[in-house]
Amino acid sequence: MIIDAISNGIVIDHISAGKAMKLYNILGLDKLDCSVALLKNVSSGKLGRKDIIKIDRVLDLDWDVIGYVDPGITVNIIKDGKLAEKRQLKLPERITNVIRCKNPRCITSVEQELPQIFTLTDEETRTYRCLYCETKAEK
Amino acid sequence: MEHLIDILQLSTQEIDEMVATANDIIDHPEAYAHKCDGKILATLFFEPSTRTRLSFESAMLGLGGKVLGFSSASSSSAAKGESVSDTVRTVSCYSDIIAMRHPKEGAPLVASMHSEVPVINAGDGGHNHPTQTLTDLLTINREKGRFNDLTVGFCGDLKFGRTVHSLISALSRYTGIKIVLISPEELKLPSYVKAEALKKNNIPYEQTTDLESVMPQLDILYMTRVQRERFFNEEDYLRLKDSYILTPEKLVNAKKDLCILHPLPRVNEISVAVDDDPRACYFKQVRNGRFIRMALILKLLGIE
Repeated sequence: MIIDAISNGIVIDHISAGKAMKLYNILGLDKLDCSVALLKNVSSGKLGRKDIIKIDRVLDLDWDVIGYVDPGITVNIIKDGKLAEKRQLKLPERITNVIRCKNPRCITSVEQELPQIFTLTDEETRTYRCLYCETKAEK
Repeated sequence: MEHLIDILQLSTQEIDEMVATANDIIDHPEAYAHKCDGKILATLFFEPSTRTRLSFESAMLGLGGKVLGFSSASSSSAAKGESVSDTVRTVSCYSDIIAMRHPKEGAPLVASMHSEVPVINAGDGGHNHPTQTLTDLLTINREKGRFNDLTVGFCGDLKFGRTVHSLISALSRYTGIKIVLISPEELKLPSYVKAEALKKNNIPYEQTTDLESVMPQLDILYMTRVQRERFFNEEDYLRLKDSYILTPEKLVNAKKDLCILHPLPRVNEISVAVDDDPRACYFKQVRNGRFIRMALILKLLGIE
């Protein structure tokens, strides 16, 4: 399968197989009017299988969201057909309005306008907890 | 500006300083009687409370300050749908410090983010209750003279008891602490509290369902209420409830200097016959709650 190389855009690489669609939705890539290629189950020496997203435009993405979905992701920014920047992502310390607290006793359950903030409390187990009630985020 | 939302915000040194202040207040109340002249404490209680609200009010009055507030959500603009942040922005125009109890977890944190004055969490649902923990710590200090080298038993509802979780977290920062967890299978301490407080700090602990078998080793026994509404099976509840009624007979093998604590209110988990035992410290605990809150108010207002 051949997907054209991009001259100006972003390649989100080394996405764990099966997570590309989740990332596509969370980043709101469906709203873009440029070409977006989503490749699933691509052979990978490192991961065995991986997903890739190619976006035919350079734009600002929420790096924290990408890091939260999959900290192993690599982001390549292509300008004039060349690799301009390579970003290795990691788990963000804090994510805002990415996931919602499911605890019915949390203040966010009644005050809908509050930002949904989660903080990383254990990097090893990738545990995030609600800033307000400390309930563990569901994975 | 400082707030108190979670007990772990306070370092052990800060706790030591507040305990020292509280002890000094107990010894010399007259020296503190006008420390807060002209200051106003607002008690915003969105759900009912006896001890905590009156204790805060009594603390501020004892410091020469004044109090205002409400004692239920229905008598505040929350009943009209006002947000916590708007309520606190308003109240911080009328007061110098706020104590807030709210049924929703995290509400006092939201308040602290929008307040112009210090906010104290006076209990947010089943989440945190730091001033109860300070009260427990002052009582332990006064009865035992230390926070180190203590075997502390927690008995009853260890699953849903917020005071248990906070006190275990606070004690886990000291050396020589051993924790004994006494509860029915259904109400065991949640694994995340074990992982984050006990295992992370290498605190030795044991779990049992039998109070009497561990009684001889305890320096402190922290009793809590087993809550009927947590059980699906009435028969189980009745069986388990009865096994955790502390009676003089169950104290036969206890240490002579055991300290029995309970955050109150109690229902029947401590027999009234125990009240006359010199080891029963739960009413002293209530008294101490006022003094540690006085120390806290002084600290947050920056008054020496």
